Amino acid sequence: MTASDLHIWGIIAALAVGTFLIRFSFIGMLGDRELPNWVLRYLRYTTVGVMPGLVAPLVLFPAVNGGQVEPIRLAAALATLGVGFATRSMLWAIVGGFVALYAGLALFN
Amino acid sequence: METSWKRPLLRGAAAGAPFVLVAAPFGALFGVIATEAGLNLAQVMTMSVLVIAGASQVTAIQLMQENAPAVIIVLTSLAVNLRMAMYSAALAPHMGPAPLWQRALASYFLFDQPYAVSHTEFEKDPGQSIGHKMLFFTGSVLPMAPVWYGSTLAGALIGQAIPEAFALDFAVPITFLALVAPALRSLPHVVAALVSTILALGLMWVPYSLGLIIAAVFAMAAGAMTEVALERRKA
Repeated sequence: MTASDLHIWGIIAALAVGTFLIRFSFIGMLGDRELPNWVLRYLRYTTVGVMPGLVAPLVLFPAVNGGQVEPIRLAAALATLGVGFATRSMLWAIVGGFVALYAGLALFN
Repeated sequence: METSWKRPLLRGAAAGAPFVLVAAPFGALFGVIATEAGLNLAQVMTMSVLVIAGASQVTAIQLMQENAPAVIIVLTSLAVNLRMAMYSAALAPHMGPAPLWQRALASYFLFDQPYAVSHTEFEKDPGQSIGHKMLFFTGSVLPMAPVWYGSTLAGALIGQAIPEAFALDFAVPITFLALVAPALRSLPHVVAALVSTILALGLMWVPYSLGLIIAAVFAMAAGAMTEVALERRKA
């Protein structure tokens, strides 16, 4: 096994154990206990706190274009966001994003 | 007697069935993305089976590609899953009386959608027996979990055969945006997303992909503070 293999397996193991412990926390260990309101208030925004920051550089500076803004991919990103926001559906957002991406690539490439 | 356990199980399955439509494309996309990133089939499948939380899995893959240190990869990906502590707390009063092995199994399957339908069901009818509740939850998971494993496998197997013309480099951004957009359901969510975006872009120079964690902490605080401000104005 190479070092990089070990690195990947280690990450998978840590993520698996950590994710299980998060899910098991109250159901399995802490039991019937109310989370304080201020904690809930933070937890509500964990996902929207992490993911936009992760995706923003990928949208604006795609590696495939040498880290430069690329209009077709930018338009596809906006289409995904727009369709997802309007329909509240992850599925339609994915469809909208790929349709915009392939339409753009077909028309302008 | 036989129908007494079947009914809650089937009702749960009916409630969970529509989410197959989410699990299938998301699982396939994860399989493709992870394979493209260089993970082998065993790694892709182990990740989907043991972690079983798509958004955090894509987060980990993306950060691996950015060569972030392992600690940062794990912390950032777990941050994506922290919302599940909230689910666990919300279901604990209902599932508490169940045997430990059942609670452990339920915890493993605690994704967004089974949580949502089960919590709604339990709040609507809190008096139903613990057996019924566990059966309903099990039912809500049954359609989705096998589809998640299977679609990951399908994605991983076809991933490398997909030609470059399909621009799969952009599958990760589309997946993330498709997860984020429906979650922008209130002003505090929008504020948190904007703060996350702006700070992450501004902090790209910070080494070890630490900028993202800093951005996330401020984004969560911004969301929470906006919520408080809105409540005050209403009061």
